[in-house]
Parts: sequence; C-alpha cells; structure tokens
Amino acid sequence: MHSVSNLDAAFSALADPTRRAILARLARGEATVMELAAPFEMTQPAISQHLKVLEDAGLVVRRVDGTKRPRRLAKGGVEAMDQWLAMLRKALEKSYDRLDEVLASMDKPKRGEER
Amino acid sequence: MSKMTLQTEGDTHIVITRRFAASPEAVYRAHTDPKLLQKWLLGPEGWTMPVCINDAKPGGKFRYEWANGKRSFHVTGELLELEPYSRIVHVERMHLPDPTPDNHVETRFDADGTGTLMAMRMTLPDAHTRASMLATGMERGMEASYVRLEGII
Repeated sequence: MHSVSNLDAAFSALADPTRRAILARLARGEATVMELAAPFEMTQPAISQHLKVLEDAGLVVRRVDGTKRPRRLAKGGVEAMDQWLAMLRKALEKSYDRLDEVLASMDKPKRGEER
Repeated sequence: MSKMTLQTEGDTHIVITRRFAASPEAVYRAHTDPKLLQKWLLGPEGWTMPVCINDAKPGGKFRYEWANGKRSFHVTGELLELEPYSRIVHVERMHLPDPTPDNHVETRFDADGTGTLMAMRMTLPDAHTRASMLATGMERGMEASYVRLEGII
C-alpha cells in the first residue's frame, strides 16, 4: 500500500505529458537517456530532468551497464501505469453509466414495436 | 447490465465493448445527436461539455470541448462512414493542446436480445502512440483522483 505522499508524488510525476510518454516508452523495455530523448525532440538534460522526477517518485529505476545507465520502469511504475489504465476504464464506465440513464429517458418505441 | 470490457489487441488496437438495455437505433442516436452526447460523454464527475458539434453525415466534422473549472481540452474529428443504426467509422484526435496522432475508430451497434451490444475498435498508427494514448487519455481520470486525494488528506 502506497502512503498518501508517495501516491501524490507519483500522480504529480504523471501530470506531465512528456513524463507519461517516457513511461509509455519504458513500458516497452529499458532505454538510455539518448534513446529516450530521440522521439521527443528534447535535449538530453531536459529528458534527464524528467527522469529525475520519475525516479524520485519511485516510478523509474536505473541500472549500471559499463558507461551506460539504462532506465526501466520500477515495479511502482508498472502499478502507476495500471492505475492510469484503470482510471481511463473508470472514466469510460462513468460515461456509459450515464448513457444508460439517457437511453432510459429517451422516447420509448410504441409497445407493439418493443423487441 | 453487463460490464464494459477494454482490451488491447495486437500492437495498435484498443477494443471496448458494452451492452445497453435499448435498441441499436436509440444507442446510435445517443452517439450522434449532440444534445444527447452532451448528457453522457463526460467522463468523471465535475466535467461538462460546453461545446458539442457533430455533423452526422459522411465527411461531416465533429468537435467536443470539455471543461472542469479552469481545465479544458477538446477533440476534433471527421465522420467517414455512417450506417444507421449499426455502424459509425470516424477519425479523431485529442488537442492537449498539441494534437495527438489520429485515432481511427469503428463503432458497431448490434441487436443483442432486447438490447444492444456496442463494440468500439480503435486503431492507432503504432504501438508507441497506443501506449501514449492509454497514458494520456487519462487526463480527466487524474482530475478525479486529485479530488479523491484532497478528500484523503
């Protein structure tokens, strides 16, 4: 169970679209800062800054490989992404629950036409 | 009422299904009539859709704008195929404010007993875009989480 402050840090870290995109990229496998910077048209220091926020929030970890420091999703990062997916699911479910009510209030077909 | 399903398929698809206790015609109308869309396509509590334009004809454009306090974003798209009351094909993109890559969506409404089974199949340009969308599309869900957090703290 996350403490509230950790959860808050994770959500704050996820509030930025670039950081969410970095997590989405790392969900497909580990990557170096150079590899992460390429698709974002951002400088490596800018990406490093985002990575620091993600690391501080416990969402991303680094490994030492010679001179490289490839990053990968931490277990907490996977959980956070799952949580985001769960929230998308909830947002859709909420909409469709409302649609049930809208449909119930729409003009009913005449009795004879009901299937 | 059966539960919604949301599944990824292959590298680039997302498939959502949901059953409704109404005719395909009613569910189709609720997906194309702006007055009806504004009542339900809102996501978590707190969001409204002040602008809902949907020119429901092949080649017609749509624009949905959502707002919650100072936060807002919108989706634009084009309707490609409309088969009343069974099928809608459209493309859409979110503006956050930069537009996301096009999401190609086919929505089917099939009679299922006394109700309708809706199946929405999204196709994204590539795996990276789909992963980003699943992460980015949760903007509004996040708002709800913040509200929940405020309740906890």
